[in-house]
Amino acid sequence: MSETQEFEPRIAAFFCNWCTYGGADLAGVSRLQYPPNIRAIRIPCTGRLSPTFVLQAFRQGADGVWISGCHPGDCHYIEGNLFARRRFTVLKNLLEYVGLEPGRLHFSWISSAEATKFQQTVIEVTEAVKALGPCRFLRKDIGMVA
Amino acid sequence: MDNQALTQGIREAASRLLAEGTVDCVLGYQAGTVPMRERPFFAYNPEEAQRLIWSGFCCNNLADFLIRRPAGEIGKVAVVAQGCVSRSIVGLIKEHQLTREQVHVIGVASPGMLDRDKVQALVGPDKVITAAAEEGDELVVEGPGFNQRIARNKVMRDNCYTCVQRNPVIFDELIGGESEPTHGGVIDKVAAPWERLDPAGRLAAFAENYQDCIRCYACRDACPLCYCHVCFVDESSPQWCGKTQDESDVLTYHILRAFHCAGRCVDCGACESACPQGIKVRRLTSKIEKDVREFYAYAPGLELESVPPLSMHRPDDPQGFIK
Repeated sequence: MSETQEFEPRIAAFFCNWCTYGGADLAGVSRLQYPPNIRAIRIPCTGRLSPTFVLQAFRQGADGVWISGCHPGDCHYIEGNLFARRRFTVLKNLLEYVGLEPGRLHFSWISSAEATKFQQTVIEVTEAVKALGPCRFLRKDIGMVA
Repeated sequence: MDNQALTQGIREAASRLLAEGTVDCVLGYQAGTVPMRERPFFAYNPEEAQRLIWSGFCCNNLADFLIRRPAGEIGKVAVVAQGCVSRSIVGLIKEHQLTREQVHVIGVASPGMLDRDKVQALVGPDKVITAAAEEGDELVVEGPGFNQRIARNKVMRDNCYTCVQRNPVIFDELIGGESEPTHGGVIDKVAAPWERLDPAGRLAAFAENYQDCIRCYACRDACPLCYCHVCFVDESSPQWCGKTQDESDVLTYHILRAFHCAGRCVDCGACESACPQGIKVRRLTSKIEKDVREFYAYAPGLELESVPPLSMHRPDDPQGFIK
């Protein structure tokens, strides 16, 4: 990227198949505009999300990671997101303790009916990551992702 | 009770259990080939039981070997357990790696274990230590041309200063009675020293702390919690963690290793004692355990009934950071 261009972050976005992924779909068919910086990755449930995924994203050059799933109580698998909530709490605190800037790792609950919340959250997440600039945290191969 | 008496007590208990046939094997410590390097020992008969010892350098967590026995061995095992080992056993029972009936716990109250690296540093890194013996609250270190007395509480392992449960939490017999439950250190004060730094400072401190890591995985192998058949570091498709000593790979390994212990680590310090590079391996696990205490009011390994904090949830769990 040349110096003159504005920095456009790459954000790995992990969406639960049963809610946020549908929300993204609805945002699309509703013609809601949002920044193109996210790379959507569909997962079966936020409970499926292993912390290794988050680290792998940062290692391979993501500038931010966003994880979104069903509101508590709405999980397709009854309680997957509730287990995930505890895991995220510990993970976020740990990563920020070892030097990940607050604002790189985001979580949200977005149902498949909340297209506007989806749009708003993409904007919020993108702005937060953009403000922080390129991420160096754990980045493995600078040449590969330049 | 001094070490000789405890050693005698352990030997007698082990011989009795093996002679009676109550257990197939007694897991304990034997003297290493060099001073301050006590190591795990499996005694299978009363004669071998005479090689068991007790000292302030019994730093391995023997619970680790309860679940890594040779294939085909299924009988009951007795294990010499100080406070932290007994807490690890509780954790393993909770995680269904072991049943309470399979293990006979020979409890010993821990006096706080000693750190051989600290002793060596205090004596002088170039000095050869040929003998180290404990006399009450002092450690007597000898070598060519020197004989030094060191206060025990100057050279204890970091985790032993802040231990609050030196007595075994479960045991079938207790050798030598109980000791004071705590050394008086407060873990929350020292658990997360990098919290006062900014993100860049934290990353620098983190990278510096682990910069000498040679990826030998001694910390993983010494840990009774790391019993997965295939470890994430050995998975190759996808490869979660590279095999190199690049900062990125080293830090990824340590983050994930620590995260896997979340809500389970009993702070036995076996990882730190096992590290050949003298890395403060507990930096990340102590931080996680502090968070778990704060958010979920849980301390691992204290009793058999409770559910581990990351294996359960409550409707009102904190979620202020979720949009």
